[in-house]
This record gives sequence, C-alpha cells and structure tokens, in this order.
Amino acid sequence: MREQILAQVKQNQPPQKALPIINILVPPKDLLIEFKAKLETLHVAVFLVDDFNAIKTILHNEVKAADRLVTTIAELADTAIFIDAIKEKAHSLENVELAIIPAHFGVAENGAVWVTEDLIKYRVLPFIAQQLAVVINKTDIVANMHLAYDKIAGTSYDFGVFIAGPSKTADIEQSLVLGAHGPKGMMAFLVG
Amino acid sequence: MHNPVTNHADASIAFNNDEPRVDWHDKTLWFIREKRDKASHTIPEWEQLRDYASLIKDNVLANLSEYLLAFEAKAKANGIIIHWAADAAEHNKIVHGILQQHGIDRMVKSKSMLTEECGLNEYLEHNGVEVIDSDLGERIVQLAGEPPSHIVLPCIHKKKEEIGELFHEHLGTEKGASDPEYLTAAAREHLRETFLTRKAALTGVNFAIAETGEFVVCTNEGNADMGAHLADIHIASMGIEKIIPQQKHLGVFLRLLGRSATGQPITTYSSHFKKPQPSQEIHIVLVDNGRSIHLGKEDFRNALKCIRCGACMNTCPVYRRSGGHSYHNAVAGPIGSILTPNMDMRKNADLPFASTLCGSCSNVCPVKIDIHDQLYKWRQVIVKEGYAPAAKTASMNVMSYVLSSPKVYDFAGKAGRWVMRNTPFIVSNQLNPWFKEREMPAAPKQSFKEWYKANRG
Repeated sequence: MREQILAQVKQNQPPQKALPIINILVPPKDLLIEFKAKLETLHVAVFLVDDFNAIKTILHNEVKAADRLVTTIAELADTAIFIDAIKEKAHSLENVELAIIPAHFGVAENGAVWVTEDLIKYRVLPFIAQQLAVVINKTDIVANMHLAYDKIAGTSYDFGVFIAGPSKTADIEQSLVLGAHGPKGMMAFLVG
Repeated sequence: MHNPVTNHADASIAFNNDEPRVDWHDKTLWFIREKRDKASHTIPEWEQLRDYASLIKDNVLANLSEYLLAFEAKAKANGIIIHWAADAAEHNKIVHGILQQHGIDRMVKSKSMLTEECGLNEYLEHNGVEVIDSDLGERIVQLAGEPPSHIVLPCIHKKKEEIGELFHEHLGTEKGASDPEYLTAAAREHLRETFLTRKAALTGVNFAIAETGEFVVCTNEGNADMGAHLADIHIASMGIEKIIPQQKHLGVFLRLLGRSATGQPITTYSSHFKKPQPSQEIHIVLVDNGRSIHLGKEDFRNALKCIRCGACMNTCPVYRRSGGHSYHNAVAGPIGSILTPNMDMRKNADLPFASTLCGSCSNVCPVKIDIHDQLYKWRQVIVKEGYAPAAKTASMNVMSYVLSSPKVYDFAGKAGRWVMRNTPFIVSNQLNPWFKEREMPAAPKQSFKEWYKANRG
C-alpha cells in the first residue's frame, strides 16, 4: 500500500515551488504589558510577583486546606505535594485540585505558554487538574509565534504544548463555558 | 457518508422550515466571521502570513512524497508506529486491527474529520467496538445520532433546549434544564469517567512536521490530551496532505488557524506529540482516500492546502442559511463542495452549485485556496461529464436556444414580463424553486432594449 500511495503521489506532484523565507517585522513594544493583557482576555488571573515567597502567600489565600495541590517546582515543595513523591500512574492525578507548573516562556501576541514534558513529568498533569497555575520569568516572554519557534528550535522534548488559558468550550449555542474537560481556571505568576 | 444520497437544495428544505432557527444560525455564524475579521485586523502582517501559508502549502504539494518519507523516517526513529491506508476501508481496518491486537473494545475519540470521512464510528460499532466522541459538540451530535454540521462547531445547528433534552435522556440531567454551564458540567463528569477508563484514544492531526516527525493537535477543550495521555494506545489518523516541511512553519499556521476559525489568537491547547510515553504506543495512520488523485488535478489540487479552520463556512451566505447537513458530507460548506466531487462526482454533483460564487470564501481562506473559482470549474466538469441534474440540463438547453436567437429572446422576455404582471400566480407558487424563501420582483413594462430605444436611441 505504502509504495502505491507514494508512487501515485510522486506521479501527481505539481512542479517544484520554493519555500518562502519568513521575515516578519516585530515592532518594539512592552512584552510584559501585552502578555499580561492577553492572559486576562483568556480569563487567566495574573500575579506579578518578586519571588516564590510571594507566590506561596497568594496560594495560601487562593486554595482551601483540604485541596490536593501538586507541583513540579522544587521551591514550592512546602506548599504543594512535589511530583516526585507521587508513584502511582497518571490516572491518580484525577483528584488534583491545583497543579502548579513552570513554563519555558510566554507568547505576548496570544497569551500562550510553552510547556514540555520534562517540566511536568506527567503529560496529563496540566489537563487533568481542576485548576492550573503557571510560573514564568517576567523576562521569558517573546513577541509572537515565529520567535517562539526560534526559541524552541534545537531543543529536545518528547511532548510539548502551548497552553493559552483554561480549558473551554462554546459548543452549546456559542456560550463560553470554562472547564470543558481540563482546568476550569488558571493563574499565571510572572516572577522577577 | 451518514445521509442518504440527496441534493443540497432538497436537503436544505427541512432546515429552512424553522425560520427563527435559520436566522439564529445565520447570525451566529456571521458573528464568528466578524470575530475572525477583528482578530485578523490586529495583525498588520496578516496578508503576508496568508501568502506564506499558501506558498508553504504549494511547496508541500510539490514535494509531498519526499516529505511523507522524511516524516515517516523521523517518526519511526521517535518510536512511533506508522501505517498507510489507501482508502477509508483500509483506514478503518487498520484502526480495528490495532484495537483487536490489544483486546480493546472501547475507545475514546477526539475530533477528526478524517474519521467522519471514513465512517470509522459506524465501522467500529458494527464490529463490536464502542466509540465515544469527546469533543462536547461531537458528543452532542453523537447522542443525537447525527453527523456534525460544521467542522469546527459540530452542533451549531442545535438549540440548547434540544441538547438539554438529549442530556436528560442519556446523561440523566434534570428535565427541562438548558443552561450551557450546567450541561457542560454534566458532560465533563461523564467524559472524565470515559477518559479515565479507556485504554485506547484516537485523535486527529492538525499538522505533521516532516523535519522532526512530530505532529500537532489543536483543541480548546483539552479532550485530545485527556484521551491520549491517559490511554495505553494513542492512534492518530491523518490525511497525507497534513504534512508541513519544518517546525518553524507552525509559527505561520498556528497564527492563522485560531484567528480564522473563531477569532481566537490561538487555540487553548496546541499539543506537540513527538515520542510516546514509556509503556505507551503511538500509531499514526496516513490516509490517502483520493488525495493522491486529487493532487494530479491541476485546477483543483489547491483544495488540498486546507487547514480545516471553517472560515469559508462561517462567511458563506448559502451555508449559513442551509445548514451543514444539507451538504451530505463530513466536510460541508464551500471547502466541502470542492473536496467532495473528487471523491464521488455523481453523489456530490449538486454541491458546486450550492453557491452564489460571491467569492467571500476565497477572501477569508487563510491558505488562499481559490475556492469560488474551483466551484465554478467543478460545475463545468460536472456538466461535461454528464452529472448535472436532469432539470438543470433541460433548462440549460432551453436557455441556450433562447439566447442564441435575438427574436426568440425578445419574445421570451415580453412573454415573461406579461406573465409576471398579469398572472403572477404562475411564477409565485411553491412549484417554482426561485419563489421559495423569496418574493418575486415586480416585472417592468418594457425590456431594457425597448427602454433604450425609446429614451436614448
């Protein structure tokens, strides 16, 4: 089958066309302000903080004592269960109320953050938790998706995902509902 | 696929019976079109991006066999298992085979128009495999026993009260409840249980990268990820045209896709699958199903550039007022009307005629497919090949007789005007398809030719 398909494709391919050279001008702008504003349009609660202590204080106010919190950030191991302590399979994360994870960087034009498997250990973690919190350095923001892929180029990951806000749907009469399957809400801590 | 062979105009009658619903459908889709405009206008380089996307896809079509080979080699090196399917039947058999091999008889699926095209759900159900669609809109139409009516908004034809009724019957929600938040929460519960218990998950593929062997799946709900990451077996079905050359090209396509589809700057999740998790298998099924033949048709091959954003549907005056089901195919609207005649010209001969040729579809297409030109060209092919409907052929013959003789033309015009003025009931009745959903115009006393002679001659 494979050979037949490939042969037929080859036979019917149109004449050669060169790839375009992608060259998009990026006007200078305040990436932090744009990124924060974009996150807010995505219903993300944004906190500008100096350090992890500030994050801990905010988290104490935002969560209930009984909530199961899981983090993949060592600095927050006294606030949430550190991921390495979890030995069960991914399905056991089903009752996680809040997952706190780092992201490599954010994208100002769309509010997306880039997360790879090594930052979350369990691929399903940022999807299965009821709420998601992402920690990003204020300086790790790029203007657009072209620059995002420039940053990703050459890095190695088994799974990577751009996350832009909480899970959502508008399938019922176009009414926006947050928390279709994944997190119902999202916080972003911009540190530094 | 799901609907019996029919034609677009007849099929739209049922949809048009409910006028308030047609108005709602029309307005809602236009609203989404406006959101697309707003989102695109915030990007000064929007037209440049469309040019890039179109040029990248031109390059893909010119090198598809080489890119498929490169993708296959990379993906295999990444530990992914590759399958090739010449047609829908082979695709379905391969998917069933993978499930059988692992003794799995229940699968969760995220959105894949390709599996709709292949009739996978029906096939698996006939073979004793339960399939649950996990995209909310798809789950709704699945419970209703209907196909999706839109590639991005599968249940845009349904009112929340009908969805409430379906959920009451199948998911045990309160009778009469129709609040979207309440209904979505009920679906979330039901589908969480599904994600946690299924050993196999099938997803579609938005982009597959030849350079790296990874593939990207875009959703807002997170359903593809919930299914794929919790299952032992992840099957990803893709048409062979979904390949793009390099990772950096995702920058172009991801900027265009969400904005064109719903006016979002990007979908909530853009997941890049490169390697399977430990103790997990990822299978990719590469499906031809007519695409390699389509590639050889110079006038029509551009349709293979489609990234399935649905912008052409949202803007189409005919789609908005006739509903997706009247196109009797997995992919409806303008893009469906130029893709499907390639698969079955007889069955889909009506679709290129379901258009006003206004060109709005081509104007919004993020990869610059010449959709309305192709609609026009398909009409010519269809008539030439003898697939035009009999009534259309007969009226065209009359038309060509009338237009070829000035005398007959003058007389026909006079007779037509006399009839419309003096016996309007002859044209203003339900037997005249032009009268349906329309008022006939008032007929002038003289033709333009007569008027010109009298006033300017």
